[in-house]
Amino acid sequence: MLKQIEGSRAVAEAVALCRPEVICAYPISPQTHIVEGLGEMVKSGELKHCEFINVESEFAAMSVAIGASAAGARAYTATASQGLLFMAEAVYNASGLGLPIVMTVANRAVGAPINIWNDHSDALSQRDSGWIQLFAETNQDALDLHILAFKLAEELSLPIMVCMDGFILTHAFERIDMPSQEQVDAYLPPYAPRQVLDPQAPVSIGAMVGPEAFMEVRYLAHAKQMQALDLIPQLTTEFKTQFGRDSGGLTRTYCAEDADTLIVAMGSVLGTIKDVVDEMRTDGHKIGVLGITTFRPFPLAAVQAALRDAKRVVVLEKNLAIGLGGIVSTNVRMALAALSIGMYTVVAGLGGRAITKKSLHALFRKAEKDDIELLSFLDLDQNAVDKQLERERNTRRCGPIAENLLRDAGIVAARNY
Amino acid sequence: MFQIRIHGRGGQGVVTAAEMLSIAAFGEGRYAQAFPSFGSERTGAPVVAFCRIDDKEIRLHEPVMEPDALIIQDPTLLHQADIFAGLKHDGYILINTNRSFDELGLADFLKDWRHDRLRTVSATDLSRKHIGRPMPNVPLLGGFAAVSGIIKLESLINAIKGKFSGKVAEGNIAAVTAAFNSVAANIEEARSHA
Repeated sequence: MLKQIEGSRAVAEAVALCRPEVICAYPISPQTHIVEGLGEMVKSGELKHCEFINVESEFAAMSVAIGASAAGARAYTATASQGLLFMAEAVYNASGLGLPIVMTVANRAVGAPINIWNDHSDALSQRDSGWIQLFAETNQDALDLHILAFKLAEELSLPIMVCMDGFILTHAFERIDMPSQEQVDAYLPPYAPRQVLDPQAPVSIGAMVGPEAFMEVRYLAHAKQMQALDLIPQLTTEFKTQFGRDSGGLTRTYCAEDADTLIVAMGSVLGTIKDVVDEMRTDGHKIGVLGITTFRPFPLAAVQAALRDAKRVVVLEKNLAIGLGGIVSTNVRMALAALSIGMYTVVAGLGGRAITKKSLHALFRKAEKDDIELLSFLDLDQNAVDKQLERERNTRRCGPIAENLLRDAGIVAARNY
Repeated sequence: MFQIRIHGRGGQGVVTAAEMLSIAAFGEGRYAQAFPSFGSERTGAPVVAFCRIDDKEIRLHEPVMEPDALIIQDPTLLHQADIFAGLKHDGYILINTNRSFDELGLADFLKDWRHDRLRTVSATDLSRKHIGRPMPNVPLLGGFAAVSGIIKLESLINAIKGKFSGKVAEGNIAAVTAAFNSVAANIEEARSHA
């Protein structure tokens, strides 16, 4: 059924159609509307046989999800930013124990400085935690990926983060196609756990493992993610059969066949990039796009196949691996290891900095001429940076950086030191 | 693609207005995207929301940089330096006020503009009268429909019925219709003088 609703509401309704049995909720922007929506559905009776638990922190949210999942319940939670970091220990436990929890991460920058706006720093900080990570390009994608995620998670007995851009997607009213309960029921069977706490057949979930078997347990976590590389395309095909839409998959290309320059990105910025690519194609530029939907497991073979005929690759990413460059680029680099293709990293959109068509046009046209640095920062205000660096050279007690930059920008009232 | 930027203050329903407009466009079978400016909204603080309307899927996810239309819910914001930023020449401007563009001191700034695209409507008065409190957001959409023709009044009324019920719905429908008629009459009058 076509609807014009907020992205968060679309995700809440899709999660409800998956018949979760335990939802642990702790508010944090920009995720809050999702669990609020689910809370309303539980209270009104629209979502039945589901326990909605208000917890005291994100750490508790994931801990309750772990307990619920171990007891055989389909468990869901959602978070963002500092909330994800605060639950980090439990995040690793959920995957280490092999519990198929599904969690939405409404992607937001990580402080300090505190910032509620979008980038991918939060989810990418947990890239090696053992969770599968799927990135939504649109709100339709976001709701579809949740349905696919429950099925994938339970098949592999692994937890999954469905990542969607905070505010840009979560707070946008857009047209979406909401499936029916019958369609979702036909796609997603009731949860049949591979392990469960059952007094009739006692097991320990979370046994201590020493050097004799720890490597093997960890290797199995990796092996299961490798299985996901085969399972995700299979479940994506089944999804299309049931719902008639291409959602999910490992990667997606756009205008890539004959492209000399390929832009690699994740999430909602792909839409803006595609609009720019259409305009550049009209002007005769051989440029295309590779969108990464599945970031963990990282689809090395699919990425390599998509990029192998390009002359250059530009990875546009919403994170900064401080002291190195870009996290996504480092992964893409592994896919290109055997190929001699030039690769550029462009860090963009940190903390909600708008990524505009105008800036992308200029960037891509320069990249086509190999006229950009290996690592660059889209729309960075170099003057603001230089001013602070100069201040640090000249003054020992030069004050807090964040406040200095705000004052230079005229946002905090001027004050003399 | 038609792009609208709405300026107001926290509590005036700026974000809701953009959402309602997108629902109305969706009701006409078109694609629409509404989103807030993502600030930390506080009552009384300046708030901006956007709406895009198109006949094909909207993939773009940048803020609206060059609006085709501005809806200004609170004329005290007119002195903000950037309120007209990026507005396309000859774009539509609809201001919630009882005063004229001349009285607002905008005559000089807009002297080269297409005057049939510059309109005011007493949306706060209309909302007080029909809804019982100052909520100019929905009535302004009626004024926008009249001046731009981008959206039908009927589609706005359907969107109101989907969002509100009972007295609130009735009041908003009366207010949006009154605002539409006021701006339409105003345009007609200007035309007859031309």
